Amino acid sequence: MDHQAQTATPVASNDGPVTTKMTARDVSVFYGAKQALKNVSIDVSRENVTAFIGPSGCGKSTFLRCLNRMNDTVASARVEGEIKLDGTDIYKGDMDVVQLRARVGMVFQKPNPFPKSIYDNVAYGPSIHGLARNKAEMDEIVEGSLRRAGLWDEAKDRLTESGTAMSGGQQQRLCIARAIAVDPEVILMDEPCSALDPIATAKIEELIDELRGKYAIVIVTHNMQQAARVSQKTAFFHLGTMVEYGDTKTIFTNPSEPRTKDYITGRYG
Amino acid sequence: MADQGAHTVKSFDDEIHQLRSLVSQMGGLCEAQISSAIDALMRRDPETALEVIKTDARIDALEAEAERLAVTMIALRAPMASDLREIISALKISSVLERIGDYAKNIAKRASTLTATAQIEPVVIIPQMARVVVEMIKDALDAFVDRDAEKAVAVCQRDEVVDDFYNSLFRSLLTFMMENPQHITPSAHLLFIAKNLERIGDHATNVAEMVYFSATGEYFAGRTKTDDTAYAV
Repeated sequence: MDHQAQTATPVASNDGPVTTKMTARDVSVFYGAKQALKNVSIDVSRENVTAFIGPSGCGKSTFLRCLNRMNDTVASARVEGEIKLDGTDIYKGDMDVVQLRARVGMVFQKPNPFPKSIYDNVAYGPSIHGLARNKAEMDEIVEGSLRRAGLWDEAKDRLTESGTAMSGGQQQRLCIARAIAVDPEVILMDEPCSALDPIATAKIEELIDELRGKYAIVIVTHNMQQAARVSQKTAFFHLGTMVEYGDTKTIFTNPSEPRTKDYITGRYG
Repeated sequence: MADQGAHTVKSFDDEIHQLRSLVSQMGGLCEAQISSAIDALMRRDPETALEVIKTDARIDALEAEAERLAVTMIALRAPMASDLREIISALKISSVLERIGDYAKNIAKRASTLTATAQIEPVVIIPQMARVVVEMIKDALDAFVDRDAEKAVAVCQRDEVVDDFYNSLFRSLLTFMMENPQHITPSAHLLFIAKNLERIGDHATNVAEMVYFSATGEYFAGRTKTDDTAYAV
């Protein structure tokens, strides 16, 4: 009799070919003397949604913020290692940070629309980057972005109203529309649903699924069910190190590292 | 398998413990039911047989309870990784044990009927065969309790012994029926009893396979059936 074991069959993943969009090699981050992130290496593909999970203070948000140099805004922060976008080191010499952040957009935990009209919120990025030559082109960009963010039907009759007058879930989708408007290649989301109710959360998750493949998406979330639902790749961070990175279905059914298992089954700490 | 640490939410551990305990109870009852049914057969004791038939309802009730608990846990706890595998395995194992209980009940019914016919010689193989399957159930359940993949593999390997018993009994009963038409009724019943035991052996193997999956996260592959009576002429 043959008693060989076979590996569990994949249930839900993007099994097609993948293109590496961003690569990180031996990335370490220090806040002053304190090391917040230790030698993280990871490839982010364009086709997949990549989720970072881990307990508070594990370094997942710190790492996310390295991917579009948001840590530059923190005076005491120092980043070591190498992060490449399409093969170009984003921390090297002539990289224009404003241009980089247009290519690698970001959505934050709390919806933070500008205190301007819904239209202006979306038009702001394209106008400073000179993406529209006239009003008609700008209208097109605004409508297209709002449509992609699943917000057009709710926003089309109130484009001149203030973005801050919308509901929390709508504001977050407005922020996603704003990020999309400059036609980014990567979208980073830092706990995009933690301030939203379950219905608004479901709409964002549906939106993430629709945007998958058009942009490389990296999401940090405390909600493990959300990571399981929206991502195809999951990385588990703990105490500044990346403990395990793999297919989401494997991480949530049969993780290899005991620390990953303890965390996702609620045995951590 | 490595010891499972405690959950941060203690009531989750209590529920897992409760589910495991329900499955263990079912396993224990199944072992007892098979042994009693065989006992009733060998001692030609209709009362013991009746007792077995009645007791089957307890196994059914335990299965329903285990299923309700497992479904609730999946809905409310959203279990992951080893927890998820364990709950799914417990759910499947309980339904297999319920089926094993049905086979024991069927053996008891036939034991009761057989008290009205002449005892025939091949019956002596039955208790030996039953001992093996009861051991298999016991070890499969022990493997479940200990989360022991090795022990589960050992159970699967023993199914061959049961198949061999069945093959041999099948042939001798055929001979018996050919010799004397009066042997046909008791032989047919014995054949079904042996077939029930053989099925129980298969189910014990299924339980062991689920234990293996629960403990390792990998599917157990490649078991060859050695029951060849389907080709006997």
